[in-house]
Amino acid sequence: MIDLIWLGLFLAGVTTAMFTGHMQRVTASILGGAEHGVELSLALIGVIALWNGLMSIAEKAGLIDTLARVLRPVTRWLYPSVPEDHPAMGAILANMSANILGIGNAATPLGLRAMRELQTLNADKETASDAMCTLLAVNTASITLIPTTVIAVRMQYGSTHPTSVVGTTIIATALGTVTAIALDRGFRAWDRRRRRS
Amino acid sequence: MQTAIATVSNWLLPLLVAGILVAGYIKRVPLYHSFVDGAKGGFGIAIRLLPHLVAMMVAVEVFRASGAMDLLVQSLTPVTSVLHIPPEVLPIGLLRPISSSASLAFMTHIFQDPKAGPDSWLGQLASTLQASSDTTLYIITVYFGSVGIRNFRYALKVGLLADVASVFASVLAVTLLLGPMP
Repeated sequence: MIDLIWLGLFLAGVTTAMFTGHMQRVTASILGGAEHGVELSLALIGVIALWNGLMSIAEKAGLIDTLARVLRPVTRWLYPSVPEDHPAMGAILANMSANILGIGNAATPLGLRAMRELQTLNADKETASDAMCTLLAVNTASITLIPTTVIAVRMQYGSTHPTSVVGTTIIATALGTVTAIALDRGFRAWDRRRRRS
Repeated sequence: MQTAIATVSNWLLPLLVAGILVAGYIKRVPLYHSFVDGAKGGFGIAIRLLPHLVAMMVAVEVFRASGAMDLLVQSLTPVTSVLHIPPEVLPIGLLRPISSSASLAFMTHIFQDPKAGPDSWLGQLASTLQASSDTTLYIITVYFGSVGIRNFRYALKVGLLADVASVFASVLAVTLLLGPMP
């Protein structure tokens, strides 16, 4: 998939250049693009380091546990098939908290642990359970408080208000997550009816 | 509504940083030491991103410099004007679920445009789009793959439809903050 997109962008560009006569510009953009890629990743170092440092304090201060306690009623409603004291519930809560705080590199291992725990509750080991589908829906839509990478890139390109997109991101990801959960519930009901008939 | 969102945007980061530091101090976490220890990892993460960004920036710049981007925007305009989505940001929405480096490269394309820039309506929409979704295809493959699930049932459909919804949600959020598209 990624191969096709990469190849497609190149081929579309080079073919268009044959007709528009922009071949010289394309040559320059190949070299310029490589340099932009390096500049961009170097610009990200500062903000990523800052965020990781802060989150290391947050983790040690038990903020993830605090957030998990707040979220418990929500997950009880989201995952009715998971017993409340099962280790899967703990992993789901930790994964959700890490996602909200924007600790991406902590969220994935926690999510994978939740998947392993959910698999122990799963009757058919090759088919996704209801709870697994919900976990995926919540993770792909993930509510974000501070979009760190985007803020860093905005700074790099001379934004005067790099954090102005915090509010819009919270609204957009909240709406996206609500939609994902509603779709998950809807498809689940439809899937059950189809299997019964 | 607009001032409320703007206040959240301006206050959230400083308050969050202060809150984390105070909470850490109360819980007797060694603040400075923990910060430095965590921040060390930032360098590695940014460097791991470098090859992805170089690959995608080159491809997107070729696409743009050749004039293919302008052709795409022109041909998409009839569709996007019905949906009230500016055609320039559509590549971000389309590529976001597949590759976040590719959509990020398209976002910087809007930031570099002298007519747009990061603080313009279009720039803020591009930022919100990039921030408001995750690499759905990657997450689904990795999560299900890690426990050997072969039948995903409706999970992929839900993930991709939710991505479509977050494109519209981003347009709505930016419209609430900055008013309708100029």
